[in-house]
This record gives sequence, structure tokens and C-alpha cells, in this order.
Amino acid sequence: MSPINIILKRELSAYFATPVAYIFIVIFLMLSGVFTFYLGRFFEQGQASLVSFFNFIPWLYLVLVPAVSMRLWSEERRSGTIELLMTLPITTSQIVIGKFLAAWLFVGLALLLTFPLWLTVNYLGEPDNGVILAGYLGAWFMAGGFLSIGSCLSAATKNQIIAFIMTLVVCFLMIVSGFPIVQDVFSNWAPLWVVDGFATLSFLAHFEAISRGVIDLRDVIYFLVLIAAWLYATVLVVDMKKAD
Amino acid sequence: MIQISNLSKYFDDFCAVDNVSFTIQPGEVLGFLGPNGAGKSTTMKIITGFLAPSSGDVSVLGHNVLKDPISAQLEIGYLPEGAPAYADMTVSDALTFIAQVRGFSGDELKRRIQNVVEKVELQSVLGRRVENLSKGYCRRLGIAQALIHDPKVLILDEPTDGLDPNQKHQVRELIRNLSKEKTVIISTHILEEVSAVCTRAMILSAGKVVFDGTPDDLAAKSDLHNAVRIRLQSSSQAILTELESLNEVQKVSQDDAGMITVFPINGKAILSAVNTVLHKYNSLVEELHVESGQLDDVFRKVTLNNNQARPVKQEQSA
Repeated sequence: MSPINIILKRELSAYFATPVAYIFIVIFLMLSGVFTFYLGRFFEQGQASLVSFFNFIPWLYLVLVPAVSMRLWSEERRSGTIELLMTLPITTSQIVIGKFLAAWLFVGLALLLTFPLWLTVNYLGEPDNGVILAGYLGAWFMAGGFLSIGSCLSAATKNQIIAFIMTLVVCFLMIVSGFPIVQDVFSNWAPLWVVDGFATLSFLAHFEAISRGVIDLRDVIYFLVLIAAWLYATVLVVDMKKAD
Repeated sequence: MIQISNLSKYFDDFCAVDNVSFTIQPGEVLGFLGPNGAGKSTTMKIITGFLAPSSGDVSVLGHNVLKDPISAQLEIGYLPEGAPAYADMTVSDALTFIAQVRGFSGDELKRRIQNVVEKVELQSVLGRRVENLSKGYCRRLGIAQALIHDPKVLILDEPTDGLDPNQKHQVRELIRNLSKEKTVIISTHILEEVSAVCTRAMILSAGKVVFDGTPDDLAAKSDLHNAVRIRLQSSSQAILTELESLNEVQKVSQDDAGMITVFPINGKAILSAVNTVLHKYNSLVEELHVESGQLDDVFRKVTLNNNQARPVKQEQSA
């Protein structure tokens, strides 16, 4: 087994060793049901699609994904196990990637467990399952983006609560950077390319593009580059802060 | 072999390790002594590649720890300070994880785990979660994971902290038995531990090496080294005066309980001279023994001397 795999396996089993994983999955499924059926007016829309589910998922992730990522490094630093881990013959990048993949797979599992929604729309009508699949892929990529941010901010503090809040704030900014509220702040004084630059950084624009069913390579690359950049930052932060 | 040259480590302006150099040969068991904050743990963290030094070089079995930490870490077994372990894992899962990272699998992995579990007697807690372990078991788990790949270099930060006297004895036996070709560094607050397991003692104080020698050398630095303690059925001033007048005797003192201590000059052997005096006065001796030296005493002497302000990082001149 490669070092990344060993780390991944340990991290993944750590989620399930405590009630954290189960609580997360239950709450995620409950909230996704509530959002889709009540707030998303699933039935009133009369459409056989999961649009109402995918409309809400960025906001659901905003609250729940930082809760998954907050312990990635904070806990290691607080308990001192980081010293054990970092003196084993593995590189920091291998550990960072292993931990991130574990969290990403875990969130992916929770996402897969929303399959009753998919069964429901297929029972009620004839949805475009290609679009739904794209929506799921987009949601998973977005979760990866959130988690990579969370991983970096978790490495910056020993306190899980601080890691949670910081991640939530940064992810919120990443979501709304394409919104008029943010755009207005810049549009009065900044050149157009800055305004557009911020808009293209928005999670939402890329997620919506994918979840419409058009898997554009640029949107996929956006998420992959974003994840790689934040993970690289995680490696730097871990090496800088590990001994504090 | 571990080679450390001109090692320094600053945390901001605080100097934790100050230009330390030494070499440890295979077969040596080096005991790091020193007050809290003397730089023992920091030095160990640098040797294991966890911390980068501010300046200086470290090589472990020829591998430069700064340039090629992985090669060095493959050879090192390390028990970090406080024996950290993953609280949410069982003892057997924790050992399996470490063994896997160390590259073992299948039967070899099982054999290695069984081997270390027997060595540190963890059999009874294998299925228990680490968070529910007593301090002693936690420490032993830490030692077990450090031994799992049979490393050539073993670095143990306070290996007997939190153990009861029987467990302490057991861990010391373990260290003594394994150190034939291994290079071992342990740190400790317990001075007897140094004479019990170490072939070499090093006292750090304020980031500097203030003593480096055998545990016997260390004891010899004590004022009490080779001092003779006597309790007589009846002592008289005449005996004390005569003892004090001996050539090799520095001073004689008597405590409230009547115990006489005869201090030699420069740790010379004075037992026979003292004995002659006692014979001359025909005194009945109730108790008599020769001191080897109080380590606590030396420890205080050596470390308090060096308690001046630590050097502050020098400003880089343009």
C-alpha cells in the first residue's frame, strides 16, 4: 500500500470511529431533504429534475463541509500526534493528500446517500439523468474545493472552532464573489478585469455551469487547480506551524 | 552513528539550542539530562527531522537529516515527548498503522507487532482504545511503535515518565538489552536512570552542553564522591579533630542524628586513613559506607552555574 493510501485509510476510519461521521451523514441527508422538498418547492415546480436540490447544496456545504475539514490538522496539532506522523518516513505532501482524499471520499459518500432523491424523481417522471449525474459531479468537485480550503485553514490553528469559522467565512466569500453585493464593492473603482476576475473565481458560477449538464473542461480544471493550490498552501502552512 | 555539528535553534529571539556539537557512536546509550527548557526535546526534534535547525548540521548514519529526512527517518525509532497517539484508534490498529507506514504488510507485519507487544507487555490492552489507556500503557505503546521496525537509532524522549517503579525497571531492562549495536538517546529528569542505563551522560543547560562524560565521571564531580559516612556508638571531639587533620580530608561534618561525614580533597580514597583513626580510638562503628556521589548535587551545581541570560540572536549587520 502506498503511503497516501495508508493515511487515507486511517483518516477515513477515524471519521467512523467516533459518532462524527454518522451525525454528519444524518444531518446532511435530513437538511438536503428539507431544502429540496420544502424550501425548494420540489413538488410545486412540477419538474422531474433535481434542480431544487442542487440549488441549495452550495449553502448546505457551506455549513457542513467546514465541520468535516476542521479536525484534519487542528486535532493533530492539539494532541501532538503531528510529531509522531511527521517523523515517520513519509513526506508532508503525502500526508496532506491522504488526509484530503479521505475527507473528500467521506463527503462523496454522504452525497451518494442522497440517492433516494434520484429514485424519487425517476419514479415521478422522466428526468434527464445525464444532467443529474453532472450535478452530482459538480457538487463533489465543489466539496473538494471547500475541503482544500478547510484543510489549509485547519493547519493554521490548533483550535477546531477557529478552523471551522475561518473556513466558513472564506468559503462564503468564494461562493458570493460573483454576486452583485461583492461586485458592487469593486465596480466603482476597480478596473473591469479585476471585477471579472473575482466573478470567475466564484464557486457558484462553475458549479452551476457543470450542474446544468455541460461538463466544460474549464470548469473541471478550475476546481482541480483550486484544490491543488490550496493543498500546496496546506503543505507550506503545516511545515511552518507544525512545531508551534 | 549520529553527528551533530554547530547546531543552533532559535524560536524568535529565544535560543533553545546554542551551538551544540557532538557525535554518538553505535552501542552508546546517551542520556540527556537538564532542567526543563534546557533544549533536550528541541535537540531530539531536530535529530528526528521534525524541526529544522536555525543553523548547523545533523547526520544520522550518514544521512543528512536536513537534506534527506526520509532516509534518516527510516533508520530512526522515535518516542516523542508525552507519547502522543491517536486517541480514536485501538492499540492494535495504532500499531498496524505505524507498521504499514514503515512498509510492512502481511505476516511480517503481524510478526513485528506481536514481537513488540510482547517486549513491552501490551497484550492485555490490544483491543482497547488509546483514549482509555492509562499513562503507563500510553508510554509503552509509544515505545512499541518506536521499536516496530527494529531501528538502528532509537530516540526516546522521557521513556519512563508516568510509569510505576516496576514498569520503569522493565523499560530500563529493555533499553539495556537492545543497545548492543544500536545508537540510543534518551532524555530524562531522573538522575539514577542515567547510571542505570546510559553509557554516556550529557547535561544541557540553557541550550548548551555543560557536561559530557560517563555517569561515573558525573558522580565523581560531586563533593560527596568518595566521602566516608560513619555513625559511631560514641563520638568525641577528639576523633573529629583527628579526622579533620588527615592529609587528604577537606572537612568533617556531623549532623543532628550523629552521622559523621568525612569529605575528601578532590575525591581521593580516604577509607583506610579514616579506618586507622577509628581503630586508634577503639570506637565502635555502627554504620560505615563510602559515598559514590550525589547526582542531584552535581546536577544542581552544573546547571545553576550556567543560569545566566541566554544569548539573544545577533542582529545581522549589513
